Amino acid sequence: MCGIIGVIDRQKQKMNGSGIKEALSLMNERGSGEGAGYAAYGIYPDFEDCYALHIFFDNLVEPKSKVDDIIQKWGRVVHQEEIPTKEQTNLKRSHVPWRYFFKPYTDLMTGSLTPGEDIVKRLVMEINSSTIEGALVFSSGKNMGVFKAAGWPEDVANFYKIEEYEGYIWLAHNRYPTNTPGWWGGAHPFNLLDWSVVHNGEITSYGTNQRYVESNGYQCTMYTDTEVVAYLFDLLGRHHKLPSEIIVKAMAPPFWDEIDEMEEKERELNKAIRLTYGPALMNGPFAIVVATHDGIVGFTDRIKLRPLVVGEHGSRLYISSEEAAIRTMDPQVEDIHMPGAGEPVIGRVVT
Amino acid sequence: MSLGSVPLKYRIQIDRQQCMQCMRCVDNCSYGVFREEDDGNILIDSRKCTACHRCISMCPRDAINLSERPVDYRSHPLWTPEAREDVINQSRSGRIVLAGMGNAKDYPIIYDRLVLDACQVTNPSIDPLREPMELRTYLGQKPSKLDIRKQENGEIELNTKLSPNLELQTPIMIGHMSYGAISLNAQLSLAKAAAKTDTYMGTGEGGLHKDIYPYQDNMIVQVASGRFGVDINYLERGAAIEIKIGQGAKPGIGGHLPGEKVCTDVSCTRMIPAGSDAISPAPHHDIYSIEDLAQLVRGLKEATEWKKPVFVKIAAVHNVAAVAAGIARSSADAVVIDGFRGGTGASPKVFRDNVGIPIEAAIASVDQKLNDQGIRNKVSVIASGGIRNSADVAKSIALGADAVYIGTAALISMGCRVCGNCYRGLCPWGIATQREDLVSRLDPEVESEHVANLINSWTLELSELMGAAGINSIESLRGNRSRLRGYMLDEGTLDVLQVKPVGA
Amino acid sequence: MEPVRIDARGLHYTPLNQQIRRAVSEGATEISVDNVLGQRFIADGLKGEVTIRINGVPGGDLGMFMNGPTCIVKGNCDHAPGNTMDNGKIVIHGSAGDAVAHSMRGGKVFVRDDIGYRGGIHMKEYGEEHKPILVVGDNACSFLGEYMAGGIIIVLSKSGNTFGGRGVGSGIHGGEIILRGKLKERQLGVGARITEFTEEDLEKINPYIEEFCEYFEIDPEKYLDTKYTKVVASSSRPFAGKYVWE
Repeated sequence: MCGIIGVIDRQKQKMNGSGIKEALSLMNERGSGEGAGYAAYGIYPDFEDCYALHIFFDNLVEPKSKVDDIIQKWGRVVHQEEIPTKEQTNLKRSHVPWRYFFKPYTDLMTGSLTPGEDIVKRLVMEINSSTIEGALVFSSGKNMGVFKAAGWPEDVANFYKIEEYEGYIWLAHNRYPTNTPGWWGGAHPFNLLDWSVVHNGEITSYGTNQRYVESNGYQCTMYTDTEVVAYLFDLLGRHHKLPSEIIVKAMAPPFWDEIDEMEEKERELNKAIRLTYGPALMNGPFAIVVATHDGIVGFTDRIKLRPLVVGEHGSRLYISSEEAAIRTMDPQVEDIHMPGAGEPVIGRVVT
Repeated sequence: MSLGSVPLKYRIQIDRQQCMQCMRCVDNCSYGVFREEDDGNILIDSRKCTACHRCISMCPRDAINLSERPVDYRSHPLWTPEAREDVINQSRSGRIVLAGMGNAKDYPIIYDRLVLDACQVTNPSIDPLREPMELRTYLGQKPSKLDIRKQENGEIELNTKLSPNLELQTPIMIGHMSYGAISLNAQLSLAKAAAKTDTYMGTGEGGLHKDIYPYQDNMIVQVASGRFGVDINYLERGAAIEIKIGQGAKPGIGGHLPGEKVCTDVSCTRMIPAGSDAISPAPHHDIYSIEDLAQLVRGLKEATEWKKPVFVKIAAVHNVAAVAAGIARSSADAVVIDGFRGGTGASPKVFRDNVGIPIEAAIASVDQKLNDQGIRNKVSVIASGGIRNSADVAKSIALGADAVYIGTAALISMGCRVCGNCYRGLCPWGIATQREDLVSRLDPEVESEHVANLINSWTLELSELMGAAGINSIESLRGNRSRLRGYMLDEGTLDVLQVKPVGA
Repeated sequence: MEPVRIDARGLHYTPLNQQIRRAVSEGATEISVDNVLGQRFIADGLKGEVTIRINGVPGGDLGMFMNGPTCIVKGNCDHAPGNTMDNGKIVIHGSAGDAVAHSMRGGKVFVRDDIGYRGGIHMKEYGEEHKPILVVGDNACSFLGEYMAGGIIIVLSKSGNTFGGRGVGSGIHGGEIILRGKLKERQLGVGARITEFTEEDLEKINPYIEEFCEYFEIDPEKYLDTKYTKVVASSSRPFAGKYVWE
């Protein structure tokens, strides 16, 4: 079932994590206490040029020394520390969450237009594809971070002291797992580089989508369908340079009978998208919110099998599974509405 | 019979009490099993029977009974009756044993050891009659990515051009069966059915008869090693062109249509002399290597101004994946893989039963290889050879095929009972024959309806299967092996198929 | 008895419903629930003749299995208000989510503004008394009246937009969907057909429109004409031609 919420302040005014924690907790009916998480953008201004690598270590001995070795081959660690946490009675500490602030040596990745990102992506794939036992990178963007664990939203938030972070974009997710209960890595948001994803639903086309991203150099290691969304956004957004509304169209395209009715130019565009990105089409019920440093986009599946509500207030745009969650964060919210099936809701930073 | 014969294959018996001596069996049997005696009695020569069932289906009283192998041999697990009879046959003739239809050996059928998935709770199944269900399939090259730019004014600009693709409303097509191998009425029925169901059929290497012209928009014209019937008009008429390298029923060898079947009409359509054998060599004599294939593909495209997709058909052999990857680089638009169960009018039995690999494994390994090399978008994959029902279609697509060709199933819908005597030219159903009285038994109006019904009912079942799996668009089933499980398949095969065992 | 007031702030739905039930059993006929925010299942399975005024934004499945009461919501509703409701009324001063009046077999749901996808899905009627009514003031989305087997859905499109969705009455085998304005054939679902909206039809829906307008203080006059499209089932056995015996 799962509950999701995302918010952006388009003027980049920062919000601390207390509001979203409350909003997420309101949707506890949608979760099961086995996973919750938060993503926040703009939280590391002191290290804004560094990739913030958040890693779950099973212990700080073997896995960490292996990770240190491989990271230091590809770049410089500007700073590293254990992510500050506070013990919670109802949350079993299964891993040590650690963060590195990392600057890749961009000259090491030849032939790439985005060498820094490609190095970090490579490190994430390498560490996570079980070559290093006991280490899992769960966040790897710049000036942003994911905080997640197995537990109820408020416990996870308190564990990470989420109120102490100040971000202009927040995503949060309350999990009702079916595939990997109790596993910290299975909690949302899923992240790769700048992309973070929260997802409600189940992707019936997972096998097809997985093959497609794997054919393009990604490795699916999380045993769950959501990570593929992050990789699709990275592939279509960063590599293919598609605007976000086109990425959404690729993942949740109009039906052929609707395309047949369109004006020629639009028809050609939509046909080209469906033919080219057929393996990126996501089937099954879903509502998704994706964030990057400059915006968020929310959308649902093509026949609207999952709920999504949007609200606005001044420079803030909220996207959530429930209106009540938005109102918890912002009782003065206006323009509450429900986007149509497959219709992207985009909130972009105004610069 | 003569002394020294092997036992009869089939025994025909007539229940004389039921029989009303209407003589329909006598009239219908083209093999001469029944003879009317002067006293009105019907005399039976069971030895001539092929089990084609024409008499049985025409008997108004259900009076005819057929039993297979009515005479027992001493049982032996190795020296089966068939093994013994082949030895006897060859020791007398000194020749290669010819056989019809597909592989008749008792190999395990992988399709029957794969099971499909359905949704429960975590996502809803979809009722295809109620909500949109998209089976529309495009065959041809797809770009690996689109160049789309957003302009200042917010308008979206597409800078990538699509290659020509075939548009199908169902992923089921009718495979290549030539005029010559089958009758014109049979081909006409298939063509009408393809048009009715918005799909395509192959001409086979027999040219395009003028009676088929009205359906040319639904025809894929074949270019095979004999180049029968191929000229620029033929190429221009087809919706797509298919180069035939090999076929599953007889990988690595050519074919020949016996001179008796080359009547005037066939000779005109194939553009060959009447009465001579029509010989298709084993290889194309302008293709001795993969780069030569690329030459032929481009030659055909140049001739048709790059307006038509060009497919390449190969038999599923051991290294089919590598061959397909080579084809994908040749500017071909689709690769057709024909599994070792593929049908044929005539094939040396030793080839039909022993050469090639099953289509299920071939689809999986081709799709995997193309995916690994990042070129899956460059070609569509069409599977054929032993597809019997909609479940086989669904499984083929989940293993990675874009579409399938059916052959035998379409013939069965027109009357064929898979007796396997197609090469004798006496098909009493009017399918694999050119004898006018037999051909006229087949009414294209009626049989096209039957073929169309078959495709429609499979299409309906396919959408039900997809809906149950929570999928409303065929592209989300394609290569979606996580929706398959293997039941009693060995680890090696599961590994090739990249399918988990049941329960996993 | 005095009207009962309940403050729902921070209250879970189970204790909230317990308070409502207690009040009803003590004879209350007027209950107000304030500060509602996201509580699901309000009035779930509730019987009796009581009016519950809900101030705020209730969670999903408001009035599920309800048999008799009236719920008046001052705010928007989440998914499926009136889910499998037997009898009673739900009046929503706002909009509602997907699957409004799902499987409702009696009673009425009035939504002032919009509803989401699959409104009135599987609504069904039986006997003389069970005939569900759903009236929507403004817009509805695709798959409206999907699988419908009875009752009436009325969409008034008060802000003047015509229905833009698809799959109207997909799989419908009973009941009527009445939409303000025109509908294109291609917007129909499988098994649905458009039929003429007559004066008799207007007479039939007249009381529901008047009731709707009364709740939301709208002048009914402009809706009392025949500028509607009526969608009904083309057959009561939509799947009859689907199967063949083995």
